[in-house]
Amino acid sequence: MAGLATVARAAEPASTVAPRLPSDRWRATEVAFWLVVVAAFFLFPQHRVLGSQILITGLFALSLDLILGYAGIVSLGHAAFFGMGAYAAGLLAVHGWGEPLSGLVVAGAVGAIVGFATSFLVVRGSDLARLMVTLGIGLMLYEAANQLPSITGGADGLSGVSMRKVFGVFPFDLSGTTAYVYSAAVLFLLFLVARRVVSSPFGLSLRGVRENVKRMPAIGSPVSRRLIAVYTMSAAMAGVAGGLLAQTTQFVGLDVFGFPRSADLMIMLVLGGAGRLYGGVLGAALFMLAHHFLSDLNPVYWQFWLGLLLVVVVLFARGGILGAIEALRERLAQRREVSGA
Amino acid sequence: MLGNLIGVLFDGIAYGSLLFVISIGLSVTMGLMNFVNLAHGAFAMVGGYACVLLMTRAGVPFIATLPVAFAAAALVGIVLERTLYQRLYKATHLDQVMFSIGLVFMAVAAATWLFGPSQQPVRLPDFLRGQVQVAGLGLGAYRLFLIAVVALVTVALHLTMTRTRFGSQVRASVDNAVASAGLGINVNRVFGVTFALGSGLAGLGGGLGIDVLGLDPTFPFKYMVYFLLVVAIGGAGTIKGGLVAAMILGIADVAGKYYVPQVGSFIIYFLMVALMIAFPAGLYGRKA
Repeated sequence: MAGLATVARAAEPASTVAPRLPSDRWRATEVAFWLVVVAAFFLFPQHRVLGSQILITGLFALSLDLILGYAGIVSLGHAAFFGMGAYAAGLLAVHGWGEPLSGLVVAGAVGAIVGFATSFLVVRGSDLARLMVTLGIGLMLYEAANQLPSITGGADGLSGVSMRKVFGVFPFDLSGTTAYVYSAAVLFLLFLVARRVVSSPFGLSLRGVRENVKRMPAIGSPVSRRLIAVYTMSAAMAGVAGGLLAQTTQFVGLDVFGFPRSADLMIMLVLGGAGRLYGGVLGAALFMLAHHFLSDLNPVYWQFWLGLLLVVVVLFARGGILGAIEALRERLAQRREVSGA
Repeated sequence: MLGNLIGVLFDGIAYGSLLFVISIGLSVTMGLMNFVNLAHGAFAMVGGYACVLLMTRAGVPFIATLPVAFAAAALVGIVLERTLYQRLYKATHLDQVMFSIGLVFMAVAAATWLFGPSQQPVRLPDFLRGQVQVAGLGLGAYRLFLIAVVALVTVALHLTMTRTRFGSQVRASVDNAVASAGLGINVNRVFGVTFALGSGLAGLGGGLGIDVLGLDPTFPFKYMVYFLLVVAIGGAGTIKGGLVAAMILGIADVAGKYYVPQVGSFIIYFLMVALMIAFPAGLYGRKA
């Protein structure tokens, strides 16, 4: 796991540094990150639709980070929960319940239920078995949605999603203004939850499972229950992200369940840096910006460079962008220590 | 009705044989190096394109292109193994998954650039076309040929693994790589040769499969699930498990598409999840 190297490196000067417990205090870089989200709203008013899509994908990546970056569950089918949430929110609105916030709650609940039900299949087994089971569940839901056009609209997608105003005041408009603020607010709130969770004792036990699954039972940590809890939580978050997409675009396509969505998500997370919360959001932003502005390029070439980038990151830059920044910072700190001593 | 059933079984076995020959290399490399290689289908694609190119550009007959498909894929396999794969044997499964997905992306893009996005045609020789009457049943000649080739390959593989020095080295390395290295087996070389052999067999399967599976640049993605399934269900590192799993999958897929076409691929995915839950380490896998 990418985090393993950093943890090992951080532990090296053990004589001088106390074991690093997760700190809940806000750092300046974190504040700066959220200021960028606010600033982007004012600086690029013509790109607010894209911005809201990035924020939604960032939330989706955050949900994957919880199980992949922290608990170490490799999933190739996280789109299952995203899709369930999207269809839940979409179907509610189609059948007359267009209130957005309660729709999101339902989307999250549906994601959580499906996540909880499938978590029992996922927590057992090896990495390969998990890979196959998550992949299989995703593909099964895709096929199901495809074969039930009377409910889902099939390959044509679910249209006629009409949303009411948020809080009864802000209508969803074509400029994406409401969508951006709405998505940003939801992302921020759920980010706070995720941030709190990973620095709690529960979050620490998840890292323990990731680093050594055999020792955790020995110190009294119920591994399966921890994994089921975090998997359900992550699925709920993915469901909310799916619901957001359905509400802001007012359309649900079959591709919400697609394998490419799961694979792209994992790529974003790994490029940004897994196990760091911000990595997913950052990766989603870079991935989607690159995709948006390079879309004039032949999609085939985009795929080639993406593949090359992945290979290079895995071989030379484990931990993604944030991992590389951390490594650089540590090296600078070490140099300062050496020159100071 | 009975004729239908036998026909479905026969097609399923032919399809399963094909899956087996492509996936067996993946199974062995996963068992040997514990490497989750999603890019295995790309080696099958290399073999497929080698076949098509030789047939259309150089006019080589189909049968003669098959050994070349094997060699081309094996060569690509050994080069990639020595330069890239080798560095990641000790990496986490996540890294391996990302790395191999990256390779697949590149392979798909490269194939599209070189050969275009369309399906590649294959011209089978006359004696492999049409049907052969066996005991009153019309069986596809090409599918009979497929089964025969794969049976030959399986026997050869089995003999290699059980009767030769190299085979015992492979089996020893699968069981315990560290102890094998301690006994003087060049595990590194065994890895390399096995990888090349597995890629070569995938290439052979890719060439054999053009008529059944089709060949276009998205091939590695389209069949990735099937290849992984054979390994996951059969259990990594066993030839017998791979064979049984490939047959189950082949027959279930063909039967499902024949008898309940409206359910589509649902059956195969359901079977996959059900089998993975019942046998997390595969049918013949050792307990994880």
